[in-house]
Amino acid sequence: MMRNLAALLIGAVFGTGIAVSGMINPAKVQNFFDFAGTWDPSLAFVMGGALLVTFVGYRLVLKRPAPAFDTSFHLPTKSKLDLPLLGGAATFGVGWGITGFCPGGSIPALGLAEPSALIFIAAMVVGIALARIADNVRQASASIDATTNG
Amino acid sequence: MMTEFTPVASFFGGTLIGLAAVLLMALHGRIAGMTGILSGLIPPTVPDWNWRLAFLAGAVAAPALIVGLGGYAIPFQSDVPTPWLVIGGLIVGVGVHCGAGCPSGHGVCGIARLSRRSIAATCVFMASTAVTVFVVRHVLGGFA
Repeated sequence: MMRNLAALLIGAVFGTGIAVSGMINPAKVQNFFDFAGTWDPSLAFVMGGALLVTFVGYRLVLKRPAPAFDTSFHLPTKSKLDLPLLGGAATFGVGWGITGFCPGGSIPALGLAEPSALIFIAAMVVGIALARIADNVRQASASIDATTNG
Repeated sequence: MMTEFTPVASFFGGTLIGLAAVLLMALHGRIAGMTGILSGLIPPTVPDWNWRLAFLAGAVAAPALIVGLGGYAIPFQSDVPTPWLVIGGLIVGVGVHCGAGCPSGHGVCGIARLSRRSIAATCVFMASTAVTVFVVRHVLGGFA
């Protein structure tokens, strides 16, 4: 109960940050990248503020033995750069550039009752689901290859 | 489409995003990446789906309350036609799944941990977004 209530409030802080910072506004996001046109450098200040707080805060928090509502911290363990990571990031950028929406920017935009956010999120969820199915098919065929002898 | 340069509001909003990331790590032990949080809610859902749904509900409710109760205006501008929202949304979904993250997960939480993967991913998607915006607006002439 406390865990979910806390998540609700933290989500509200996140959503407020996205709204106040301008990350919720697709045109503002696209303008950050439009050096040749209507350039708006605001996004650099969003990154600066977010990184400053997170960099310092993580150092304090991760010194503790465990988080308040769990037995351990869930941190990514991979460290190698691989093709899915870099290819996925490059792919994501194409969609981010076309729409001005990223996952974290689009979800709070639902709270503004913007139809474009809803359309984008629906398509994004389908995209994630399709990519996940493709992963499963690849893994399944890889395990068949590994366990059969021709 | 012009937008106003808002260094103070953007920096302040950024610190709130950072605060949310620190709190979610301190209390739930989780990375505040929207890709990871959202993916766990797409069927087949993960066992700990409930805090994820609560986080999403808070993220949606906050802007609604700021506008509805606070009476503040939150600028939102987009000239992207529906077919391109669908195409872009599909591309973002595939990209963040394969790339295991987005600006909140890699760009904020990952870089703050000095993760090599997140630093690389952020550089790559920043570059590819800039190229895409240039092509859409200045080669193809934009949507308008």
